[in-house]
Parts: sequence; structure tokens; C-alpha cells
Amino acid sequence: MNLFCVGISHHTAKVEARERYALPRSEEVLRTEIGCREALILATCNRVEVYGTSAAPIVTEQIVNCLTGDGGGAIGDTGAFYRYEDDECVRHLFRVAAGLDSMVIGETDILGQVKKAYASARESDSVGPLLHRLFQRAFRVAKQVRSRTEITRGAVSVGAVAVELAVKIFGNLRDRKVLILGAGETSERTARALSSRGVTDIRVSNRSLERAENLAGLVRGRAISFQEWTFQCREIDILISSTSADEPLLTPDILSPLVRERSDQPLFIIDIAVPRDVAPEVNEMDGVFLYDIDSLQSIADQSLTLRRRQIAAGEGIIAEHVSDFRNWFGRESDRPAAPGRETPAGLDEGALRPSQL
Amino acid sequence: MDRALLIASTFCYLTAVARTLVAVRARIALYGRFSFFAIGAGFLFQTAFLSVRGHVLGRCPLTNLFEVFIFLAWSVALIYLVVGPTYRLSLMGAFTAPLVFALQAFALLAPIDVPNQARFPANPWLEFHASISMIAYGAFALACVAGVMYLVQERQLKTHQLHSFFYHLPPLTNLFAALTRLLWLGFALYSAGLISGFFTGGPLPQVKMVCAFGVWLFYGVILQGRHLRWFAPKRVAALCVLAFSAAVSVLWAINFVSPSGPM
Repeated sequence: MNLFCVGISHHTAKVEARERYALPRSEEVLRTEIGCREALILATCNRVEVYGTSAAPIVTEQIVNCLTGDGGGAIGDTGAFYRYEDDECVRHLFRVAAGLDSMVIGETDILGQVKKAYASARESDSVGPLLHRLFQRAFRVAKQVRSRTEITRGAVSVGAVAVELAVKIFGNLRDRKVLILGAGETSERTARALSSRGVTDIRVSNRSLERAENLAGLVRGRAISFQEWTFQCREIDILISSTSADEPLLTPDILSPLVRERSDQPLFIIDIAVPRDVAPEVNEMDGVFLYDIDSLQSIADQSLTLRRRQIAAGEGIIAEHVSDFRNWFGRESDRPAAPGRETPAGLDEGALRPSQL
Repeated sequence: MDRALLIASTFCYLTAVARTLVAVRARIALYGRFSFFAIGAGFLFQTAFLSVRGHVLGRCPLTNLFEVFIFLAWSVALIYLVVGPTYRLSLMGAFTAPLVFALQAFALLAPIDVPNQARFPANPWLEFHASISMIAYGAFALACVAGVMYLVQERQLKTHQLHSFFYHLPPLTNLFAALTRLLWLGFALYSAGLISGFFTGGPLPQVKMVCAFGVWLFYGVILQGRHLRWFAPKRVAALCVLAFSAAVSVLWAINFVSPSGPM
């Protein structure tokens, strides 16, 4: 039995090339036209991959042509495609599911996409016992890599870093009050990210009240007059500032009397304006945590570096599972097939439950 | 036999410390559960030790500095086991284990397990006074641990240098809430210990009384200062560390100046 993976990804091709192969394709074509016994197509914005098994070898060109819709006849351009077989195929899938092969290392969306691809292939009866076992094992490996290493630790985008810091300071964000100063796009994105974490009290202040009202409508907040924003610092928990002011709007002199009126709650200031809206000295005040765009970006970079350092630990976990899977695959391949059955002995799909895998 | 139990207990705490160091060094995920169970095992051995020692002495084992340190380590572990999971304070075990290990290792290595020559008749009030005060010290120790965690996290947030274990620390506001509760718990227990001291019947040693009231006053000022918002959270955290260091020093000093030792 041949187990293989043929694919194209962000490592080997630009989006212009990848999108040619990302059109919806049914696994059934792979089975009926080129003789795959089992087939599964994983198509995401960063990769298009075919996982399959076959009794006789199938060349990469045939699979590529299937993906482009040229059937099994014409030979397409396969330069950007990679091919993995047997152990390497298993290892590759485990790396993909665990997020080690992703553009943003450790991202977790890919596992959901792999699960979706698996469910879709099962619906079309294209998943047999081997791919079933392989993918179930991949889900387990991904979970282990995530829980045993720090591959998913730390946010890797400015907005996500801001939200993560807010959570580290306040814990639950549900009852927190947020003020957006300046109706910029990044402020809106950050406010939306905070909103997705449960923040409901969002206030927007802008020199143009109309723009403030527009943004308030988008983030389900309320507009505040620009003359009033400093007084809000007495009660808000998070300030997101991105105005186009030439001089700092918030200095220790302005903030000190307001902070004294606060109930000892920390104040988290995210200053994404360039030039900065908040004087750096504000960070020296007790209970005030100031982050500008560079410091947020630097944390995002640190997280990415941290995640990269975790790759070796993740590879170690994967190597154990690849070896385990190889042993199982070897045993099953050596067994003679039962009469009337095309699948390896003992691989009754219905009999395989996640607990057995 | 009793020392073997103590060595086993110390080994459990050492395991928790080593696990944390390895995890931090290798930048791999820290398991709060591991610390919890290691400290739990250490606590069981400690309890067995104190029980054996108590049977031999025929009273609460707080007759010399060695026993005081073990009882203090036991109280810290007890409060951690109660408080840690309740407040879901991840990584608290990683900070608690070194403290308990240090207290216990010091007690084992230093030549302080000297039998107390002073003989007093069994006195339930005296034993209650000593033991409840020690448990209060446990709460103060945990407040100190929470204070250190707060200061570490606050520093990282201020300097924007986030170490990998930053992600395991509990949120700053939750940590401060737990610290305040631990201070109140310790203060209430310590007050009960002080009051019960008046019922022991014997003459009250002046040095002990002054020291005990000094510690009580220190924590009282911290709590009052917090209540009236004289002190910012960061200052409260720093004062918790300072107060506990002072309290342990006082405990040590009492042993030398008081003829009856720690009790």
C-alpha cells in the first residue's frame, strides 16, 4: 500500500500560483480517475495538499492535473509541488496539524481546517481505514504538541498582543471600560479584538464627533465629545489612542490628578499613534502600563522567536508518533488481506474508534 | 524514623523546584498540577513527621527552632494547598515550593534540632497560641509569595520584557486580590494567636510580646494603608515581602532571647 502526500504551500509558491489549485475539488475524482484507494484534499489559504493511498504508484503530475481540473491526461507544471511518501508523509501531516509548518508557527486554525477536510472526505466516503487512523493520530499529535510545548504561547500580531496584555493585567475583560481615542483602523481592530473577549463598555472619542459616532456604531460603543476624553481616564481601564496629533495629548501632569481619583485599578494604555499621543514618562506612574506600537510589535516578535524555539520540542513529540505509526503500518501491511477485502487485515473502519488509536 | 519522613518530604519539594527550573530553562510548558501534587506529597510526609514528633513530645511539636521551621513550612504548604486551587493561581506552586524547600532544607542542615531543656506542663491554650500563630505565618508567607509574583509580573509589564513564564502568571488584578485576602487571613489568625496568648496562664515574656505586637502592627498598617489607599498595589506587594522577612527574623530572634524558646 502506497501512502503519499502531494501539495503546494506558502513555502514553495506564491499565492498567485497556489490559487490555481485551490478551487473546490472532490476527492471522488482522485479515486475514480487516477486510482487512489483513499483520498483527502486539504485546501487552506496557505496550502493545497492531497493525502492518498493507492495499490499502484501514482505520479505527481496526475494528481496535479486532477487539482487543476485537467483530468488524468495532460501533464501540468509540478515544479512548485512537493511529494512525501510513507514515513515522510506521516511526519508532514503531523507537522501541518500541529502548526509547525504554518506561516505563523503554532497557529491553531490549521487544526480546525484539517478536521474539516477530514470530515468532508469522510462524507464522500473517500477516507478508508488508513487515512482514518492517520488523521485521528494527527489530531492527537497536534493536541500533545500544543499542551506539552509553548508553540502556541504569546500573541504574534499587534492587536492580539494588546488583548493578551489586557487579559494578563485584568483577567476577565467583561466588566472593563475601554476608551478609543482617534477613529483609526488599528484602533478599530484592537477594539473589536477586545470586544470579542467580552468587553461591552466601549467609548469612542474623536475630534470629529461624526467619525466617533460611526466607529462607535461599528464596535457597539458610544461616542464621547473630544473635550471630555481626559476626564474618562478617571474610570476607564483601557485607553487605545491613535490620533494624528503632533504633540503628546497625555502627559504625567494631566494624568496624575485623574489617576489619584481611580480606585487603584491599573490603567492600560495602548498608544498606536505615530507620533505618539502619550508621553513615555506616563509609563513610570504607579499602576499605569503604557505600550506604544514598537513595544507591541517587539512583543509579537519575541513571541514568534519563542515559538520558533519550540519547534525542536514539537518535532520530538512528532518523531515518537511517526515511529509508532510506522510500526502499526508495518504490522498491518505484513498481514495477509482477508478474502474479499481490499483493506489491510483488521482495519475495519467501523471498528476503529478514537480510543483505539 | 521521623527524620526519614522529613527527608522524603524535602525531596518532594526539591522535585517541584527542579521541575520548575528545568521547565523555565528549557522554555517548555509549566505544569501547575505537577507542583500541586509534589507539594501535596511533601505535605503528607511533613504531617507524618509532625505527628510522630508530637507523640514523642506529648505536645504540639513547637519546642525548638527546628520544629518551628518545619511547622512553618507545613503551614505554608497547607495554605498553598487550600488557596492555590481555590483562586486558580497558576504558577503559585512554582514560587511556593522553593520557599518551603529552603525552610525545610535549612532546618535539616543547620544544627538547630536541640531539645528544649525548659519543661512546662501541657497547656492547651499555649499550644493553640503557638500553632495558630504558625499557621498565620503560613498565610503571611503565601502573601509574600504572591507579592513576589506581583512584583515580577509588574516589572515585566513595565519594562515590556516578557519572559516565557510571564504567560503562566495569574492576571495582575487577580493576584493582588488573592494577596489581600491572604493578608486578611494571616492577620485574623495572628490576632487570634495573640489573644489566645493571654489565656495561657503563665507570665507573658516582655520581649516576645513586643516582637509579636510589632509584627501585628506592621501587618495592620499594611492592611489599613491598603484600605485607605495610602499605598499603591505595588507598594503593598513590596511591603508584604518586607513584613514577612521581618516576621521570620523576629521568630528567629525570639528563640535566642526567650528562655522558653519559641513556645
